[in-house]
Amino acid sequence: MNVPDDLKYAETHEWIRVDGDTGVVGITDHAQNELTDIVYVDPPKVGAVVTAGQPAAVVESVKAASDIYSPADGEVLEVNASLSSEPALVNTSPYESGWLYKMRLSNPSQLDTLKSPDDYRTQIG
Amino acid sequence: MTSQPRRTSLFDQQKAAGARCINFGGWEMPVQFTSIIEEHQAVRTTCGVFDISHMGEVFVSGPRAFDWLQRMMANDLAKCPADGAQYTFLLNERGGVIDDLIVYRLAEDNFLLLVNAAKIEEDVAWLEQHVTDGVTIDNRSDTMSALAVQGPQAPRVFREVFQCEMPARNSFVALEKCRGAVIAAGTGYTGETGFELFFANSLSGDLWAAILKAGAKPCGLGARDTLRLEMCYPLNGSDLSPDRTPLEAGLGMFVALHKTDFIGRDALAAQKAAGLTFKLVALRMTEKAPPPRAHYPVLVEGRVVGETTSGALSPTLGEGIAMAYLPPDLAQHGQTVQIEIRGRYFAAVVEKKPFYHPSSARPA
Repeated sequence: MNVPDDLKYAETHEWIRVDGDTGVVGITDHAQNELTDIVYVDPPKVGAVVTAGQPAAVVESVKAASDIYSPADGEVLEVNASLSSEPALVNTSPYESGWLYKMRLSNPSQLDTLKSPDDYRTQIG
Repeated sequence: MTSQPRRTSLFDQQKAAGARCINFGGWEMPVQFTSIIEEHQAVRTTCGVFDISHMGEVFVSGPRAFDWLQRMMANDLAKCPADGAQYTFLLNERGGVIDDLIVYRLAEDNFLLLVNAAKIEEDVAWLEQHVTDGVTIDNRSDTMSALAVQGPQAPRVFREVFQCEMPARNSFVALEKCRGAVIAAGTGYTGETGFELFFANSLSGDLWAAILKAGAKPCGLGARDTLRLEMCYPLNGSDLSPDRTPLEAGLGMFVALHKTDFIGRDALAAQKAAGLTFKLVALRMTEKAPPPRAHYPVLVEGRVVGETTSGALSPTLGEGIAMAYLPPDLAQHGQTVQIEIRGRYFAAVVEKKPFYHPSSARPA
């Protein structure tokens, strides 16, 4: 499974790409591979306040709806509009075209509690 | 306390084929191999194979077997010829569904009942509770396995494996293969043409290998569920329950009210005379929406009128489909409803069943 070196990871299989006080959030290659066949994405609303460890979005495969937990506290700045018509981008490009939402980080020190790529690789074995 | 899930005789072969497993009715079963959508399309366009060994095989035989089954089951076994199969119900006294099953008439006085995995113990207990002299019940679920091969290319797969023609729909043949006895039946749960095999556990590996070699794609319960839902075939425990009757489920054609006596008959006759208060309808989403799933509220003009019993994104239609019990006045084709999904409301319409008409299916 692909685990890029420039991201931080939540134990619940989300990633965040941090740039200053903003971050882009998605689900990992491992997560999309486990879910398979993503057919619908319910993103958060722009302006919504999200909380680390709390559900922020829903990704639906053919079989089940899965909560996606925000890796950090903050405010949603933008959501990936492409996923409305092409939810399978989460499968085909989990770290690039399949990103879920962009957020302003209200508590950047939280990021230290997330996993490093190596720790996440160990977690998923 | 949860007990360890059981595994079928094909568990190792399926793991080797890439199965991802879930707990289904106490069994560790493949939900998918590569992708539910791919497996669904394989069955609709080529051929797929499902391990259905978790289902129960219960043999009923003896000089009184026919008469006794006529009293235990809702459908009319007199209409099932020897070497024929019939869809039927075990009902409780209220006409509610204990189980839906297929009866295979092996001989005049010998029957195989194919029952749902989660209901084996309950069904057998119910049968034994009512058994009479001249009837023998033999539950061979633990020593028998079963495979379902479904799709337009299933007849070719059958010829390659057995060197003879596939049995016609709702009939079966007894065959020898790999030095063992196999019952091969023209039945299935996908709407496509195809066959199901019932055999001793010891034959599992050889039959699985032969069917894969003939080109069938391994499929899991995920595709089995979307395939059956496109056909509006009910799933017991979801669309059927002890509190719902076959009449409410729209399956009256499998209930022989002309039979003078069977368990649940009086309740069904009374329900028919009084008129139904609920009907199981097919719902199709008419706007872009998350896939409907079981237990979502169904509303008309802001009022909750029922809930979905099954739901999925139809891989064939590319739209959300579901079933729900609604009052008869709201069960007309074309009735618009809303389905509540995570606090939002999405438009759907009552459709004629089924959602899909397979090109490979032959008339029953």
